[in-house]
This record gives sequence, structure tokens and C-alpha cells, in this order.
Amino acid sequence: MPPFLIALLGGALIGLSASLLLLFNGRIAGISGIAGGLLSQRTRAEWAWRATFLLGLVGGGFLLRAFWPQLLGAPVAPGAAWVVAAGLLVGFGTRLGNGCTSGHGVCGVARGARRSIVATMTFMATGAATVFLIRHVLGGES
Amino acid sequence: MSALWTAGVAGLLFALGLGLGGMTDPARVQGFLDFTGAWDPTLAFVMGGALAVHAPLSWLIRRRSAPVLAPAFPSLSSSQVDRRLLAGAALFGVGWGLAGYCPGPALASLASGTGLVLLFVVSMFGGMWLFGWWERSRAPTSQPQGGLSHP
Repeated sequence: MPPFLIALLGGALIGLSASLLLLFNGRIAGISGIAGGLLSQRTRAEWAWRATFLLGLVGGGFLLRAFWPQLLGAPVAPGAAWVVAAGLLVGFGTRLGNGCTSGHGVCGVARGARRSIVATMTFMATGAATVFLIRHVLGGES
Repeated sequence: MSALWTAGVAGLLFALGLGLGGMTDPARVQGFLDFTGAWDPTLAFVMGGALAVHAPLSWLIRRRSAPVLAPAFPSLSSSQVDRRLLAGAALFGVGWGLAGYCPGPALASLASGTGLVLLFVVSMFGGMWLFGWWERSRAPTSQPQGGLSHP
């Protein structure tokens, strides 16, 4: 199967997952919101569905590892300090901006939310600028 | 009970979709963001596939009076673009470009057992915790914004 069809199929599964969560649980499949709620939500019911969704997510990772281990790529960051900085930015930024690739990029854009379209363009732009700096300014690749 | 099952199944499907789509491979994510270099446009099809499924389905689902296992759908948020949204998305994009991981793929990649992935996830939760602390320190009398809100 050509790579773009596999990517399309993967995307369709993500869309199906987000649709199931909306239909049955009435929730938005924004991973940063679901994960962040583990820190900010105190009630048992709020905690339970979030933890279960994330367990499923990690469990799916184990399925990937078992059947298609090459899909779990190796980290590209050059060191631990780099990874910590990236993680802090992703965690803080997604809470401040109220969403990430899934919540804004898929769920928000799917219903045409202006906030989500602007957010998606913004994080794509700063992500691209960062990769440009890493690869073409600091990394010396032309 | 059953609402937990559907949440777990949704999480599992989400991870499979991320993996098949290539989002759990940081090198490919950086390749997708590398517009001026050897740009790999494949990951655009992940978003395309997700939107092609979720846009019509979520529209249909929201025509129901309520979700199957919950009392109500989340209210549609305001369309207002503010500085918090822009700053948050900008910071997130920098972190995404630095490591090639956004939150979902990082969590799914915990299964790889790689120390750096675990370190990224712990740091990500650290950043979320820092955000909560920063919010509380800015507005000590008002209610902190909870995770109930959505994009």
C-alpha cells in the first residue's frame, strides 16, 4: 500500500476514535486536555474516563510495538536536556492554548472552529520554524 | 462501567491511528515540518483522513439530543482568538518541532520502553503542572481554569 494511503487510513482511525468518544462519552478527543485533566480534575468520574482513555492509548502503543515495531520511531532529540525543554513547552503550551494536534487540529478544525484553525496554523508555523532552525541553521544541513 | 470501556477502546484506536499514520516516528514528524528541506507531506494525509471521518460524523452525532452514555455534549466554545491561544499554540509548536512528539504520540510511544520518551512524558506533565501553578499564582482568588474546557 502506498505510504499516503496508510497515512490516510491512520487518520481515519483517529477520526473514528474521536467520533466514538463524542458519541458515547460526549467528550472531545483532545489528548492534552484529557491528560491535563488528570492534574486539574478531582472527581472520581472525571479521573476514571481520562485514565482509561490514556491506558487505551498506551495499550495501543504496545499493540503497535508487538505487530509493527518499526512504527514506533526512535527519539531524535540529541539529549536529555533537549527532551525536558521540549516536554515542558508541549505541556505548558497545550494547556495555555487549550489544545494540541488532536483537540485543535482534528476535533476543532473538523467543526470549523476559528480558534482551532488559528491555533493549528500557529503551532504548525512555530514547529516548522523550529525544525528550520535545527536542521538548516544549527544543524548545517542545506 | 460501559463509559469506561468506550473511553478505553477510543484510546486504543487513537494510538493505532497515530502509529499507522506515522505520528509516532519523530523523524517523520520533523520531516513533515521541514518545509524548506526534504519535505515529507505524508503526514498531511493523517489530518486529512481524520477530518474526512470526524467532520461528517461529529456533525451527525451532535444532531442527537445527548451522547449515549453521558447527559450532554460539551458546549461549543467561543470563537474568540486571544493572546493565550496564540501564545500557547506557539509554545507548543516549538516543543513539537524540538522533539517531534505531540502529546498523543508521546504517550503511545511509552510502549517503546525508551528512556527519552518517558522523560518527555514526565516533562510534559511537568509543564502542565507548571501551567496550573502559574494560573493559580496569577489569580489567587478566582477559580483556576479546569480541564473541562476544550478547544
